[in-house]
Amino acid sequence: MSMAPAVDAGLALLILGLGLWIIAARSNFAAVVGFMTYGLMLALVWVRLTAVDVAMTEAALGAGLTGVLLLGAAARLPAEAPGGGPGAGLRVLVAVLCVGVAAALAGVVLSLPEPAPSLAPLVAENLPPTGVKNPVTGVLLAHRAIDTLLETVVLIPALIGVWALAADRAWGARPGALTPRPSSSSLTLLAQVLPPFGILVGVHLVWAGADEPGGKFQGAAVLAAMWVLVVMAGLADLPKVTNRLMRYTLVLGPLVFVAIGLAGIWTAGAFLALPAGYAKPLIVLIEVVLTLSVALMLGLLLAGPPKERA
Amino acid sequence: MSGTTLFGLCGAALVGLGLYGLICHPGVLRKILAFNLIGSGVFLLFGVIAKRGGGALAAAGAGVDGDPVPQALVITGLVVAFAATAIAVALLLRLVELGGRDTLEDEAPRRAPPPPGRRS
Repeated sequence: MSMAPAVDAGLALLILGLGLWIIAARSNFAAVVGFMTYGLMLALVWVRLTAVDVAMTEAALGAGLTGVLLLGAAARLPAEAPGGGPGAGLRVLVAVLCVGVAAALAGVVLSLPEPAPSLAPLVAENLPPTGVKNPVTGVLLAHRAIDTLLETVVLIPALIGVWALAADRAWGARPGALTPRPSSSSLTLLAQVLPPFGILVGVHLVWAGADEPGGKFQGAAVLAAMWVLVVMAGLADLPKVTNRLMRYTLVLGPLVFVAIGLAGIWTAGAFLALPAGYAKPLIVLIEVVLTLSVALMLGLLLAGPPKERA
Repeated sequence: MSGTTLFGLCGAALVGLGLYGLICHPGVLRKILAFNLIGSGVFLLFGVIAKRGGGALAAAGAGVDGDPVPQALVITGLVVAFAATAIAVALLLRLVELGGRDTLEDEAPRRAPPPPGRRS
């Protein structure tokens, strides 16, 4: 572990450097590529902070899917960032204020109370009744289930918001942001070879997430990535936005979650409470159906509003 | 200085950096990137608090060494940040499609006001 301080310092410098690059780069494309690299480096920082669950989410969602989304946007914009913006004097003023904000936050970091307040002992004490061994999964699905419920539900309005931006005549068409590339043999090969392994990894992340680092969001992000890859290679078509089966699958996860939550009022005495003895199977059931819905939502958010094909 | 504190300071700097980009960049895509930078800085501060609050779970033999509550909140936050970014990008692309511009600046060419008597 003697290398640790050097690794930490190196990572911190790298992250700050990439952050500067994202803000200062001239072209949109360079900034987006910087952002994807930044996300992967940030995942390493999360590993150093012993938050492996977060590291996987950051790598899959923060760097991967967000990166694809922004790259797609950058490809549709002029290469150079538009000029203009505030003048030099105002920029200096803004810079001073931002340094002030950063300095205030740094002051807070340096003066955090000792010993640190923590809910970890409480979680350690209350984890055994849930039957899962990964404390983060336990918190997400048992102790703070309402957060997780609202978060999966919030993805649906986000998707409705994206779809609402369709042109009138394009409504009912297939989502248009992921146009298949002109067929290239290497992309087709990748889209044929990778998905079986990717799906296996995604399912494993969900299944192992009860006891080891991993979980539905990480698994769903991997599954969504595989779907997007197949669509971009032109091997499969996205469903039309009016497709019934797709819409039912979208709401299946949240509905099952709410149903189990409502049942908890009678079986365990509170909304979203899990009856003793059945906590583990119910958590696994919620994870599985939520994974399906969330993977579909993430993929469709990437696919953008419906668009008429030329 | 411990690595944890170092990453905390790093998070604080990222928030400042992102805020500057958000205010000063005229391009909408760059504003979205800067906003994500602020978000990841805030998440990093959460991570530092989670790491500092750890120890109890490792002592109890239950896996990772860190307060799982802030970690779970960050995972929730990452998913919501992705959804918000997706909406922002969709809005931007629609703006480009309709007006041919990717900035919110005022001096960008404006269309002539519609003639009287007609609704735009």
